This record gives sequence, structure tokens and C-alpha cells, in this order.
Amino acid sequence: MTRVLPWLYLCLAFGFIYLPVGALVLFSFQDGSLPVPPFNGPSLKWYGAVLADRGLMAAMLNSLVVAVGSSAVACALGFLAAYGLARHALPASGLLRAALIAPMTVSYLIVGLGLLIVFGRLGIGLSLWSAGIGHVVINLPLCFALIYAAMGGQQVNAERAARDLGAGEWRVLALVTVPMLAPAILAAFFLAMTFSWDEFIIAFLLTRFDVTLPVEIWSLLRSGLSPKTNAVGSLVFVISVILVLGLEVFVFRRRRQ
Amino acid sequence: MTAPIVLDGLNHHFGPFHALKDIALEIAAGEYVALLGPSGCGKTTLLSVLGGFIVPTAGRVLIGGRDLTQVPPARRPTTTVFQDYALFPHMSLRDNVGFGLRMAGMARRDRHARAEDKLAMVGLGAEAGKRPHELSGGQRQRVALARALAVEPDVLLLDEPLGALDLKLRRAMQDELKAIQRRIGTTFVHVTHDQEEAMAIADRIVVMNAGRIEDQGAPDRIYRRPASLFAAGFMGEMNRIAARPAAAGIETRFGPLALAAPPGADDLILCLRPEAIRAEAIGASKVETGPAALRIGPATVLDAAFFGTHCRAHLRPERAPEVTLVAHLPAKAPPAAGTVLDLSFDPDEVSVFAAEAGR
Repeated sequence: MTRVLPWLYLCLAFGFIYLPVGALVLFSFQDGSLPVPPFNGPSLKWYGAVLADRGLMAAMLNSLVVAVGSSAVACALGFLAAYGLARHALPASGLLRAALIAPMTVSYLIVGLGLLIVFGRLGIGLSLWSAGIGHVVINLPLCFALIYAAMGGQQVNAERAARDLGAGEWRVLALVTVPMLAPAILAAFFLAMTFSWDEFIIAFLLTRFDVTLPVEIWSLLRSGLSPKTNAVGSLVFVISVILVLGLEVFVFRRRRQ
Repeated sequence: MTAPIVLDGLNHHFGPFHALKDIALEIAAGEYVALLGPSGCGKTTLLSVLGGFIVPTAGRVLIGGRDLTQVPPARRPTTTVFQDYALFPHMSLRDNVGFGLRMAGMARRDRHARAEDKLAMVGLGAEAGKRPHELSGGQRQRVALARALAVEPDVLLLDEPLGALDLKLRRAMQDELKAIQRRIGTTFVHVTHDQEEAMAIADRIVVMNAGRIEDQGAPDRIYRRPASLFAAGFMGEMNRIAARPAAAGIETRFGPLALAAPPGADDLILCLRPEAIRAEAIGASKVETGPAALRIGPATVLDAAFFGTHCRAHLRPERAPEVTLVAHLPAKAPPAAGTVLDLSFDPDEVSVFAAEAGR
């Protein structure tokens, strides 16, 4: 009995986590017009419908562009901030670090509303750009924290050796610092991409005509339940899984060496 | 490529800490100099000043006759072998060794050829494609050396480069470093806290303590005739025997000695190396006939341990039972504890210093 209990607990825990996703994916193959039991199928017709839906496809592409672009910018800014704070003695550097990480504690709704007000005042129209800026704001603290934590004495010494061998500051950065921090930078990039990829509130508040996928799915949901939403949800899930696997393969496997 | 070094009036402060105090040192082109001292004595700071990583608070650094005090490391004719090697983990050994050449703008093919040459010089010619993490500590050490030498610096700086290696490997690397230095003729400045290492490799040893140079000279001179009590103690084990100035030389518990006492000191210390003590069986002594030898007299062996080349014994002399002497006796017949031996030493083998407060 005592040997069974841990396994039972394990199954319950995983069921709790994965049952909703499993149901979502299962009913995306429903051969009918409602994603509710009984299950008829399987059928791929709703996937066909998703792929034929220009609005959804355009939103998916928008989401990818925003995710890649905002993550790249957040990583670059996070790296520069981390490098500056790790390599130079700045006044109140503890306070600077705290101020860089603090936005992580602010809810997305507040960040989105704040940006909406600022953009309105500045006369900046809402677009994919404004949503991208919003994603940089929420992902920068994360990128900074991950990259800053990876900066250690080993890199300082290697940078010193590079300078000793005649490298100028830019070449030290490009040939030694960034390659040595590549695992952390890639981890930050992939994580920022997964967050941006399924972020809804900020994208909803800061886009207008061109929208990202979560916003498009939300408008789809307003017209009622349909296996089509399940199908698009499953696609989103698959892409998120690919991103996480990318993180695992490129980053954690390398770090273990 | 090689160049002389002149350090003139160097002083450096880390905040309130005075790390280097009036350092003046000249190093000839092609010389192998060891900076020797305990941790915190300023030897690594001095090396950083030579490499350009620290701009001294005062003083000048001349390498090859040029004043380089304010010149950054990248534009100095010096390279460094760092204590932790500081290899680039994401590059092959070939690219590690070729890095300095790449910075100098050498074409890929030429620098690869030169890097492989240097790797062959340190016995790693076949490993050029490997990454540093695939190597042992001793091999990484060699790569660091090859990388620093690839740009053919005038001066090579070595910061405790053998500290992480085991004893056998350290001995082998000492011989190798010295052989390489002889072959290429570059000026080597090597920081270490190990006096045996310093003696094994250096043409000249510079003993440092608390930011000052205590003594400098050939290893045997510093060992036999140290300029200060500190240098004497740091260069190896020694017996300290209290002494006082007397009319003709000095007076010790074991009799007078015709040695010049340092002026102005009432308390003196006689430094006697363990291997300078001679021991003979009671009654068999011939030393009494030699006028120069000083007799310590009969002493009881407390214990003796066999060290291969010698036998290290603790002895209690009868004339000064509160003193325990350490002597290196011939290895052939280790004396049993309790044996009484007749001890003496040659006054040429000792040094006399003023006793310093607190030592």
C-alpha cells in the first residue's frame, strides 16, 4: 500500500496538470461542431479550417514576429545592463539592480494600462510595435536577471586574458564575453519568446488592427465554442513545446558539459 | 624577442592599504626572475603593474627603455600566464593559442600554423582541435603558456602558474619552463610563494614582504647569505639562536663567534640552516681541532625521520636545554631517539641579524 501511494499521487498530479491540455487537444480532432463529449472522430477538418483562416494565420505570423523581435531586444538590453553592472563599480548598483528586476512584480494589466496611457499622451498609435515594446518591458527584467546571474569570475579572467593578448573592448565583448555567456543569453531568449508568444493582456491593450494570436483566439472565443479554437490552441501548444525543447537542447544540455 | 625592465619608485595604494612601497628593480633582458613572498606581500600586485592591469599610484615602469606606466595591457609587449589559466572555453586549443595573433591581424592560415607550432613546443601538437575542458590541469597550463608565447612578447609574466599542479608535475613543468626560457631568451617574471620553485627556476630571486623588496640576488646567495631575517626564514628552515654583541664579534650560549654584528642592536639572532649542523659520535670529534668551527656540544636526539636525501632530527643541546635544534644529518644511519651526539657548525654558514620585536 505504501508503495502504491506515491505512484497514485504522481498520477493525480500529472493528471491535474495535463488533463485540460489533453482534453483540448483531443477535441481539436472532433468530427462535429461542438468540442464536447461524446468524441466523434478523429478528424483533421478543424485543422484544415484553421490553416485556411487568413486572419488566424496572419495573427500567428504577427505573434512570431513580435516574439522574436521583442525577445531579441530584451536580451540585448538585458545583456548590456548585466555587463555594465557586473563589470563596473557604479554608485548605488544594488538599487539599480533592484530597479531593473522590480517590474517583474508588477502585474501585466498594470504595465499594459501604464503603457496605454503613455502611448496615448505621446501620440504613438497602437500597433504590433507598441505590443512589442510592451513585451520588451515585461521580459527585460527576466533577461537581465538570467544573464546577470551567469556572469562570474571565470569570464572576468578570460576577458582579462583577451585584453592582455591585444583585444580592444569591442572584440573582448564579441569574441569572449558573449560566446561564454551564450547559454544564459539563449536561455533568456527562449524563455522571453515563450512568454511573449502566449501573452494576452498587454497584446490586447496595445494592438489595434494587426493583432497577435492570443488576441485573435480571444475574438474567436467570443463567437462561441468550436473545435476550431481547440485546433488553434493545440497548434499554439505545439509551438510552445518546440520552444521549450529548444531551450532544453541548446541551453541545458550545453551547460551540463 | 626580449627586453629589459626598469621599475623606478613604484608605490601603490588600494584605498588605505599600501600594497607596494618604493619598489626599485632592474631586470636584464633574457633574465628569469622569481618574485617570492607570502600571500599579501605585493608580488601579484607588482606583476599586475608590469602587465598593465594596475596603474601604480606613483613611479614608472620602463620596458625596453620605453615608459609604459600608463599604457593598457593590450598595447604592452608583455603577456601573462594567469594563475587559473583563463583559457577561452568556447574555442579550440588552436584558436586559444592563435587569439593574440588574430588580434594582431595575422591571416588565418599563418596564425593556425604558428599556433600549432607553439602547441607542438609544449607537447600538445596533436590536440590542436580539442577544447580546454577536455584537458588535464597540466595540459591547460601548457596551453596557457603556448598562448602567451605565441605573440612573441618581450616579457612573459607568470602568476603562480604551477600552483594548481601536483608536486611531480610541478617539478617537470619547472624544468620545462626553464628550458623554454633558455631557448627563446624572453625575459620571464614568475610569481610564486614556493621558495623551492623559485630556486629551481630563477636566475635571480626577489624576496618581497609587506610591499617591500627584502632581498634580491642569485638563489644560492639568498639562501646562504640572506639580507634580512625575513628572507632567511622564507628561503627555508632554519634554527634561530639568540645572541648578543660582544667585544670581538658576538656571544652565544655556545661560546663566542668572530662574526660582525649589525650595529645598534642589543638582541641578535643567529640563523643556522639545519644542514649546516655537523654531528659526530661523542669522543670521535675532530672539529675541535678546526679553529673556525663552533662547538654546540653534546645534544640528545629527540626524534629523527628519514627523508631520503637526509635525516631530519630534533636535538636538545645540553648547554641550552630550552632550545630545540633541527638538523639534517646524513641519511645513512638515522640516530635513535636518546642518542647523544656531538654537534658543531662552521661559522661561515651562519648569518646574524638584529632581533625584531614580535618575531
